[in-house]
Amino acid sequence: MNTLTEGEVYRIHWVPGTDRLLAVCHCGGEREFEDPVALWDWLLAHPEGHSSPHAHASPAAS
Amino acid sequence: MTAFVRNQWYVAAYAHEVGRELLGRTVLGEPILLYRTEDGRAVGLADRCVHRRFPLSEHPSRLEGDKVVCGYHGFTYGTDGVCVRVPGQTRVPRTARLATYPVVEQDSFVWVWIGDREPGDTLPPRAPWLDSPHYTTVCGMEPIEGDYGLLVDNLLDLSHETYLHGGYIGTPEVAETPITTEVDDKSAIVRVSRHMDDAECPPFYANSTGIQGRITRWQDIEYHAPALYLLHSRVAPVGTPAPRPDGSDPDAFHVEVVYGITPSTEKSTYDFWAVARDFALDDQEVTEYLRSSNHTVVMQDVVALNALQRALDTEKPGYQELSINIDTGGLAARRILARLAAENSPQAAAR
Repeated sequence: MNTLTEGEVYRIHWVPGTDRLLAVCHCGGEREFEDPVALWDWLLAHPEGHSSPHAHASPAAS
Repeated sequence: MTAFVRNQWYVAAYAHEVGRELLGRTVLGEPILLYRTEDGRAVGLADRCVHRRFPLSEHPSRLEGDKVVCGYHGFTYGTDGVCVRVPGQTRVPRTARLATYPVVEQDSFVWVWIGDREPGDTLPPRAPWLDSPHYTTVCGMEPIEGDYGLLVDNLLDLSHETYLHGGYIGTPEVAETPITTEVDDKSAIVRVSRHMDDAECPPFYANSTGIQGRITRWQDIEYHAPALYLLHSRVAPVGTPAPRPDGSDPDAFHVEVVYGITPSTEKSTYDFWAVARDFALDDQEVTEYLRSSNHTVVMQDVVALNALQRALDTEKPGYQELSINIDTGGLAARRILARLAAENSPQAAAR
């Protein structure tokens, strides 16, 4: 598959040998799911619940 | 129903369908008249006479040079939609004008722009194989009595090939092989990829390529929401080298399957299908085989989707569906279509 490099790209991998899906947000946040509907709910809630260091656009207040 | 997405290009016809005969197509509920001027330019006008709404694509309406003469009372229109003649009087009312549609001919399709603003620099997505000298293409169009979202769902999940199209393009491996999904939200592109390393060769490919044994079979979907679907299909005997780093792939067979998905009314859809191959280019037998086989496959989908629409019509509002892993791409497409529809609704334009 060609890899898109621009814009906000979401990737969903079917974890080999399992029934699980790995959702990868454009922010780098990752999470596994058993249900694609729940998966999309999580991806689209970005940045809420995306624990990646890149998930929040603004730096933490000091 | 799946909401219409305005401010987009849609396939209204194949270039070879548009000529000096008047052709009527309804796109996103808008009746459109298509024809070609004497110098070969494709024209798109509203397909309703301003007088009593007679369809200009209906007999005995006709062309007089580049002008359209309504077959009911003779109202006559130029390619710019302006009425130039009405019967029995010299004064033509100022408001006697047909809406015009921007038209682009590209890759053997006639695209029309359906929107509340002009397309500007926006061009339709490409399917360059369809009129490339390096490919041979078979194509057709079948109307579906169903919401266009049903066809999007169908095409985004090819695991249905195993069940609906067994004996043609479906083999057990299609439904059994996991997919990878990639969604570019901004560009409204969904990619679904299924790479089968060691699969049975279905008759569609065995009979057209001559491959006898098992194959590696790659299906790389690229859906440009809402109107164009591409399936890059790569087939090669097991053990064939992978594509080279420069992108060339001389040892494999390639088929580019293209669908123009054009919503006609809320519950009818034009299914423009095309199959372009990069092998046996001049073999008429292969051409006829692929034309006939693919038409059969398309009709299997049409019959199934018509039945599905009839079933959905009897469902109570708020009925439940169940989605599983194979639906990941289809769910992404639905979401993108809903977003595009909301962003391009007349209400959004008014804000």
